[in-house]
Amino acid sequence: MSDVRVAGAGLTAFGHSPERTSRDLFAEATIAAFEDADVPRADVDALLYGNFMGELSEHQGHHGPLMAEAAGVQAPATRYESACASSGTAVRDAVMRIRNGEDDVVLVGGAERMTNLGTAGATEALAIAADDLWEVRAGMTFPGAYALMAQAYFDEYGGEHEDLAHVAMKNHENALTNEKAQYQSAIEIEDVLEAPPVSEPLGLYDSCPISDGAAAAVLVSEDYAEEHGLDAPVSISGTGQGGDRMALHDREYLARSPAAREAGAEAYADAGVDAADVDVAEVHDCFTIAEVLALEALDLEPVGEGISAARDGRTTADGETPINLSGGLKAKGHPVGATGVSQIAELADLLAGDHPNSEFVSDATTGVAHNAGGTVASATVHVLEVDR
Amino acid sequence: MSDADDVQDAGFDEWLDAAEEDAAYCLECPEGHASLPPRRVCPDCGATDLEETALPDSGEIETFTVTHVPTPAFEEDAPYATAVAAFGPVRLTGQVVEFDLETVETGLEVELEIAVSETTGERVLGFGPV
Repeated sequence: MSDVRVAGAGLTAFGHSPERTSRDLFAEATIAAFEDADVPRADVDALLYGNFMGELSEHQGHHGPLMAEAAGVQAPATRYESACASSGTAVRDAVMRIRNGEDDVVLVGGAERMTNLGTAGATEALAIAADDLWEVRAGMTFPGAYALMAQAYFDEYGGEHEDLAHVAMKNHENALTNEKAQYQSAIEIEDVLEAPPVSEPLGLYDSCPISDGAAAAVLVSEDYAEEHGLDAPVSISGTGQGGDRMALHDREYLARSPAAREAGAEAYADAGVDAADVDVAEVHDCFTIAEVLALEALDLEPVGEGISAARDGRTTADGETPINLSGGLKAKGHPVGATGVSQIAELADLLAGDHPNSEFVSDATTGVAHNAGGTVASATVHVLEVDR
Repeated sequence: MSDADDVQDAGFDEWLDAAEEDAAYCLECPEGHASLPPRRVCPDCGATDLEETALPDSGEIETFTVTHVPTPAFEEDAPYATAVAAFGPVRLTGQVVEFDLETVETGLEVELEIAVSETTGERVLGFGPV
């Protein structure tokens, strides 16, 4: 079984570019990834591409060949759709293909065009990640679903909106130096508490923005990296995926994410690490409460205690385990199909010392990326390790 | 939603019809796992002999939210409360109707009530006062 190395990665800026097509966004990300990787396009064996709402935002299906063309890659290409975990599932399959010897070089990526839909249209499009019959037709939105989880968490374990506000403030702080981030601006606790409500208890600043953007990474086998003398110090040493019932109301727990726990346990075992070894993580904070649930599912915090992690400084940049040093979905932005690969890109840079926030994790060897779809009916977790 | 307005979603629309007549049900397998239609296979154990079992008359809210930013299909309805309520062996997601939004809370006892969206006129699974 071959180890999998991150040869290079690239991102577009995340933000508001409603006129840009996803093929244009993805092309830009792949140009950056190939430059970073120093791998010729002709060596790519496959493209695995994540996208969620292309049918709704661009009247476009069958993205695989379109995106291979945009990237200048003549290789078979497949689209992965698992709501907000779309490109996380693409990364997982890329890792498995390289490990089993099927492929030596895989281009993995994703893109999403969202802001052209407007707020109401994007809200409607995001809602299709939930059960149409039993959730969406009752008026449940995506922020609404996470608000249901937040309220259930408060009722079961305690905590208050101000605790969540610290998650938002931390992630905005982390994004200040990230030139790809949608928001490079600091916010205060009062900004979060006084923001217009979206779905109570969550307000505007508890929610990630609606974003356009793309991400790409070139993954290679260790043998390929050695043969070609690549500078690829970061490996993807663990992969895991978990699943759960589609509708939130069909889950045993309303304030936990068993699919993410399953994915995390599998990825840790696969990499031969445990939660105590994790030095840094990028987690799927589509809403502030989602970061809390992710920390608990990944065993980085005990169940019921993740709510205080940001407020008490355990997950801030100078804390024990910095979380979302990229700014997370909250401040960096969340072009849905790009998010899973963008987490890998940010984490690889953080570990390799190539990130503006690398100074906070200069001794780190092990990082984790957690990508979640729907109300975490789908989850992928990847462990990244760097040679030191 | 089906594109053609006159085409129903088999299983789901019959369930709404039944709920309108106070005869809502879930589907139970021989092991006692309960689920919602349309369903041929028990999602918990794979059993295929599922039987309709009546839901209790009232349920209890387990979590709730008040939504201010809706999808276009609920534009005229906002702000509105959405809740997850337990009705015997199943939970349902519904819109809380006929309550002041400030009085909606966890533990509140509710009855199923099929309401109508103010925006689209479509039927909406709702929770009303007992």
